[in-house]
This record gives sequence, C-alpha cells and structure tokens, in this order.
Amino acid sequence: MRYTPHTSADQKLMLDALGLASVDELFSHVPASLRERARIALPDGLTELAVRRRLEYLAAQNISAVDWSFFLGGGIYHHFIPSAVDATISRSEFSTSYTPYQPEVSQGTLQALFEYQTLICQLTGMEVANAAVYDGASAAAEAVLMARRIQPANKRRVLVSRALHPQYRAVIATYLKNLTDVELEEIPFDGSGGTDVDALGQRLDDKSMCVVVGYPNFFGVIEDLAPIKSACARVGAQLISVTTEPLSFGLLKPPGEFGVDIAVGEGQSLGVPMSLGGPAFGFFACQKKFVRNIPGRLVGATVDSEGRRGFVLTLATREQHIRREKATSNICTSQTLCVLAATVYLSLVGKSGLRRIAEINAARARVAKAQLVGGAGLRAEFSGPFFNEFVLSGENLTERFARCAEAKIVPGVRLEQWYPELKNSFLICVTEMNEREEIARLGRTLAR
Amino acid sequence: MAEPLPDKKSALISQPSLLFESSSAGRSAVVWPAEELGAEDAIPSALLRRDTVGFPELGELEVVRHFTRLSQQNFAIESQFYPLGSCTMKYNPKINEAVARFPGFAQLHPLAPAGMHQGALALLHDLERMLAEISGMDCVSLQPSAGAQGELTGLMAIRACLSERGNPRKKIIVPDTAHGTNPASSTLCGYDVIQISSNDRGVIDVSAVAKVMDEDVAAIMITNPNTLGLFETNIEAIAALVHGRGGLVYLDGANLNALMGIAKPGHMGVDVLHMNLHKTFSTPHGGGGPGAGPVAVMEPLRDYLPVPRIVKNGERFELLEDSAKSVGRVRSYFGNFGVLVRAYTYILSLGGDGLENASRMALLNANYIRKKLAKSYQIAYDEPCMHECIFTDRIQHKSGVSTLDIAKRLLDYGYHPPTIYFPLVVSGALMIEPTETETPETLDGFIAAMLAIAEEARAEPELVKQAPYSTPVRRLDEARAARKPVLRWQPDLPSDDS
Repeated sequence: MRYTPHTSADQKLMLDALGLASVDELFSHVPASLRERARIALPDGLTELAVRRRLEYLAAQNISAVDWSFFLGGGIYHHFIPSAVDATISRSEFSTSYTPYQPEVSQGTLQALFEYQTLICQLTGMEVANAAVYDGASAAAEAVLMARRIQPANKRRVLVSRALHPQYRAVIATYLKNLTDVELEEIPFDGSGGTDVDALGQRLDDKSMCVVVGYPNFFGVIEDLAPIKSACARVGAQLISVTTEPLSFGLLKPPGEFGVDIAVGEGQSLGVPMSLGGPAFGFFACQKKFVRNIPGRLVGATVDSEGRRGFVLTLATREQHIRREKATSNICTSQTLCVLAATVYLSLVGKSGLRRIAEINAARARVAKAQLVGGAGLRAEFSGPFFNEFVLSGENLTERFARCAEAKIVPGVRLEQWYPELKNSFLICVTEMNEREEIARLGRTLAR
Repeated sequence: MAEPLPDKKSALISQPSLLFESSSAGRSAVVWPAEELGAEDAIPSALLRRDTVGFPELGELEVVRHFTRLSQQNFAIESQFYPLGSCTMKYNPKINEAVARFPGFAQLHPLAPAGMHQGALALLHDLERMLAEISGMDCVSLQPSAGAQGELTGLMAIRACLSERGNPRKKIIVPDTAHGTNPASSTLCGYDVIQISSNDRGVIDVSAVAKVMDEDVAAIMITNPNTLGLFETNIEAIAALVHGRGGLVYLDGANLNALMGIAKPGHMGVDVLHMNLHKTFSTPHGGGGPGAGPVAVMEPLRDYLPVPRIVKNGERFELLEDSAKSVGRVRSYFGNFGVLVRAYTYILSLGGDGLENASRMALLNANYIRKKLAKSYQIAYDEPCMHECIFTDRIQHKSGVSTLDIAKRLLDYGYHPPTIYFPLVVSGALMIEPTETETPETLDGFIAAMLAIAEEARAEPELVKQAPYSTPVRRLDEARAARKPVLRWQPDLPSDDS
C-alpha cells in the first residue's frame, strides 16, 4: 500500500509481539455500531503517473499568469520570485519539521524566524514583530483583538476605513461578531481615494478603541498617516495600519515613523506564489510596550548551557497551549514555511534591490496610468498618490473586459461587487512582471 | 559524574552568523533592468522612506549557503524519526509538492473571474466531497487556514445556529485532556469554558457531562481519539445527552488519522468537526505551517458555513460570496489553496482502501511501541490505545530523571522526542505517535534507544540530566529569553563568536 511499508510478514511479526491474531483486534473496543459503517466509499488508490495526469488535467482547466497577461492586484500580487527561494524552502529539513518545540534540533527554523522578525521590524519601522499569522485579513482582525486587550473597557468602538480591503473588513466583522462589547463603524473615503480624515475626526471620541486603515489602501492610494495619527492621539485611540503590498515598503515611509501602534499586512508579495490567494502569511508588528499582548509565536535570542547564542520560542505564557481560555489568541499552526520564503526573498533582493524593485513597480504603474487615462476613454477615479495600483473609471467596462479577454489580458479587478458606488470602476495593478510593451497592448485593447 | 559522549559537533552543523552580521554594503543577489524611473517625483516626499538601516546586503551564494547551513541544524521527518504525539508526522509525499507547483495552480490569481479557475474549483469541490465521505459528515468548507481557525469557525456556526433557534447560550464544555486551542477558540467565540475531568480510565463519563450539562451549554468539544490516544467509547451516549438538552457536539479532528475506515465522526452524533490536513492528509508541517483546517458540518448547520461557498451550476463551478445565515468570511480568498491541492493529491494516491490501511497501520505501530516500552516506562492508562501511546516518567523519577531529560537524551540518539508534558492531566507525559509510514525496523531502533535511556536513567542519571551533547547547541536558557526578551537583531546584539 502507498506510503505504508508493512509487508504481511512485518504485520504478522508485530501482531505476534502484541499477542493478537489480526489488526482488527486493535480497535475491537470501538463500538460495533460505528465500525460497521466506517467503510470509505472512495475509489482505490491511483499510481503516481495516474495521479499526475489527473492533476495536470485539472491544472490545464485554469488560466494562470503564465498563460495570460495579468494586471491583477487587490491584495495578491504577481511578482518575480528568484529560483533560490523555492530551492531553499523545498529543503526537507525546513519543510518536514514541526513547530520548533525542541530548540536544540530546531535552530535552523528558529534562527530564520528571528531573522524574519528583524526584517519585518526594519520594513515597518516597528519595534517588535511576531513569527506571523495566517494571512493579512486575519492579521488585521488579530490587531483589533489586541487593541481590545490593551484599551480600557470604556473604549470599544472600532473605526475601519471603507478604503480598507473589503475582505479584510469582512474578516474583522466576523471575528468581532460574537464579542458583544465591541462596535464596528465604517469611515468613508474621499475624492483622493484616501480615508476621509474630516469624517474620521468627527467620529473619533473617547469611546474609540482603534482606527484601521490601509497603507497603501485597497485603491492603491498611499494614505498620509500623519493627520490620522494626530486625530487618533487626541482621543487615545490606537492606529492600526494594514499593508497588502509590502513591496511598497521599498519606497514608502515605514508605518512606525508615523507612530502607528500596530502594523500588519499580507506577506505574499515577498517571494510567495499567488496560489489562488494562499498559503502565504500575515505579518504582525507593534510597539515594544505591547509585546505581552501580541498573538502567535515569538522567537527570542538566548544562550545555551555553554554560553553559545541560540534561539527559542519565548513569552509562551501568552499562548493557547499554556494559557488556554485566557490566551491572547487561539492560533497554533501558522504559516512558517511561507515566512521562510519571505526571509530568503528579502535576503536575496537586499537593501538596494528592494528599493529598486519598488521603484520599477511605481514607475511602470505611472507609465500605465499615463497611457490609459484620456487616450483609452478612461479617467482616474482618485487623485491621491499611489504605489503600483490605481482605480480607473469609464463606460462600457463589460465590453472592454471582454475585448481584453479575447486578447488574453485581464485588465484588473471590477470594484462593483464591493462598492456599488464604483459601478464603472476597476482596480489595475502593474508590477515588474508587466513589460512596457504589454502595458501598451493593454492600452490599445482597452481603447479599441 | 559520568563522562559525556565525545563531542560530535562538526563543521557540518556549526551555526552560521545572522544575515545582518554578514552583510556588505552594495551587495545584492538580484539584478534588475535599467530603465527610466522617476517614480519618486510622484510620491510626496513626506511619504517616502529614508535609509533602511541594517537591512541585509548579500550575494546569491552567501544567501543560499546561509539557509542551507541553517537547514542542517533542524531535525525533520526526512532525516529523523519524529514521533511527536498529536502532530501526525507522517511522510510528506514528493508528488504532492510537484503538483502544487504546477503553474496552473501556483500562478492563479484569486480575483480573476471564476471562469478562469474552473479546474481549481473542481478540485476544491471534489475535495469537499471526499472529506465528507471520509468523516461521514454532510458538508465541508475548506476556508479555515489551520485547525484552530477551523475550531473558531465551527464554534461560530454553532453560535449562529443556536442564536437562530432563539438563544446562543453561554458555555462550552471542554475536557481536561483537550488541546489548548479548544478553550482559546471558545473564548474568542464569546463563550465561557467549563472544564470537565476524564475518568480514571482516561475517557469522559456520561455522568461527568450530565453534571454540567444545562440549557446554558451551547456545545461540548470532544477530541476523539482523545489526546491520551484513547477512543472515547461513550461518545454516542454523550452526544445524545447533549442533544437532549438542546446543545451541539463539536469534534476536534486532530486525531482523525486513527479513525479512517474504523469509525466516522458523522456517525457518532457529531454536529461539527474540523480536520487538520497537515496531520492526517500528509501536507508538510513546514516548521509550523502552513496547514489547512477544513470544517465539516451536518445538514442542519450547512447554511452557517463561511463564505465563499463553491456551488456547481450545471457543468460550471461558481462562488457564492453572500449567504444570509453564513458566519461570514474567516480569511481572505479561498483558504490555503496550495495546501488543499497537496491533500487532494494524497487522497487520490491512497484512495479509500489506502486511507483505511493508513489508519490500521498507524494503530499497529503505536500499539507495538506501547507494548515494547511497557516494562521500562510507566504507561499512563492501561487501556487499548489508538494511534498514539502515552507514558510517564514515574519510574525514571526515582533516580531524579524527568521527562524533559529523557526527551533531550533522545536527541543524542538521533530521534526527535515525543510530545512532552501534554496532555496536562498526565504528570510528565511522553506522548508517542509513530504514524503508519514508519517501518518496524525504525520503530525497533527507537525502542532500543528508549530502553537504553531507561537503563542510563537508572545507572547514570547525571548523563541523562545533562543531555543533549551532540546537538548544535545544548540546553537553552528559556527563562532568560522570557525575562529579557531579545526579539530582533540590533547592531549591539552579542555575536556568537563573543
């Protein structure tokens, strides 16, 4: 049988040692009413060749970024991944190990996580980062829950920017639904595509627990966090920034320099394939004074009994396996191998490479915007500064998208499903994977 | 004191410096095209980054060597037997890895129109159906990212269902043997936790549940087999009792590897179940994820499953984003798709017969170890075990040797230790789960090491108490790490050569 090495002689020998005649006797104490109906009605196992062919067939029913030209963003991005990333995470010493509970034989994973925590601190300008959570959306929800642990019980109103990724807003709502002390309120965006700071100022009061904004936000707009932070500070609300495109950190001022309390986001852009949106990871960073309220794993440096530097999981008294119902989060298994991919990716691109690639993304997005606005009968929906995504509006989008599909181009993400007020708008993303000639072809096809 | 083993440390396992300590200004492993930029002009300078102090600057070989050397410091399934209880460290087949990397899976964008990933949706739809068949449940959602998120999602479904029946209720019953995620998820779902004790045979008595079951109890969370490796033989009666008082039954499926073809949760009176695909369905643990924690429910709870739901409309698969009764969205996009592809591949490879055989051989391996160690280590509960067996350090304790010492000494013998000090109800627990993918020869090697350690503990306890000797680092000062947390590199962090 596949992946079970026991010959019938092996089984006999083992059963003899147990003084049993058959394997069935091992579970004769399971009630017969259950055993009798337990047969699994699935086809018998397939050969590796047959499995491969079946999966090849299914993969061929999909249209990937290799087949067509994608201008798709909205939280998951098509970026170049150097070969060394997959080669490294494919090493089975990393991929087939468990959560590093035995530090003496897990220094590889532990040191890599310590390096990752450092890289995230450097990128976000924050003081501490955990070893990641599931994805950007659950990171945003965990950040709100962390603010709830920190803030006094009379501050329980959460203000979420409507320009935050709509699925992230949905996940925050799901996580808060059963915590009856918390209220959730949406803050509108303005003509810049950024959070309406005046509206936010009016809604903030001493009941406000935290404010959640995208940086850049779902429309690709780089929010100026300085006035938002000032408004929060006046009433003692925490500011949570959420970044779905962390490559933007190559160019943008880190959230920590604005005085953000908790900076979270999606890490997929940093060397993890799109894979229909998962698995990747959620990064999570905050100010040091909140460290005992942070969810998830933390790796810390220490020494061994001979004085050598080593790394361990630490501050575990926050976590579910120790604190149980009083834990800061229920998270256990996280996304470590994807975190490792990001650590390798950031090591490879390095300081200058990260800036360069961010510049290329921003430059090509500007080339695209210049070509598409006006010439193609499209207009820019928002006036705010952007990184590699922006919103375009125009008539006949369905026809235009159909034309693009014939030319094997996906020009962007229609926004109507989340924003009825943006019925004629779509979000377009341009990365280093979109060559200038491809951008020109998009312009011609959309305009025709 | 006994002579320690000769120092086996070699150049192979010496610890590399941190990335930040080996950087040299101006190095990069990636070359980008030269082209007109000028992007900075379009972004207000107040929003631009200055320097990123300390960020790594390395060439490709330096990076690759760094991580290769780090990898050599890890124990892993492919290099060591890894009998970590409750974690199901079975072999992770290579075909799964190859398939998940097909561009037709790995290069899909989640916000492309659904028509562009019909193959992926067909796969997910089929996987839902397969997991329903294996578990005996009616309906599956693949959304949750890991087991704990599956628990939270399942409890939310329970809460939504009970709310609609008029009262969400206040409490969840959790046995003392449960994983810590059970009570943590209950709190996150707005419930209080009532803990009940298992009996002297390691399972839950119906009377223990009856004592706390009332109209305030929303559900009981049961792990079956439980974390003692024992089948909860009263589960049907417990479910009937809970249902009789209007509550629901949640099953933690972390130990599903013991049940395939032996018993189906759907027949036990279970209303909601989560499964850990990174355990039973062989997707790699990755040093702590990514996993996947699908949640399965019986028909009356179907409408509460999270969105998006995959629906088949004629020959087309569509995504249902809105559903009035749904608990909502628990994460972005479609779950950990790449993990789901691997699990699907595994189920196709084994088939119904192979999955049944996997559970049977998992039981055989666990019982074999249990039998062979029973004379030298105290068995926690003298009951037939399923896929894992639990010992304590009671015998070794007489010479001052603890479970931690035994675990550390196993490292010198080249084995990853079992799960230790869990479940909490067993003092000094050693929880051994060999899984079905190991040969009897491997088990015999492990058994020989355990017996040798038992003998060392008797004759030379100090030898065991100072272990390990042959690992890249020796016992680490965890108290110091927690007292003065150093959670990131800073230029003044003492380097290893100091």
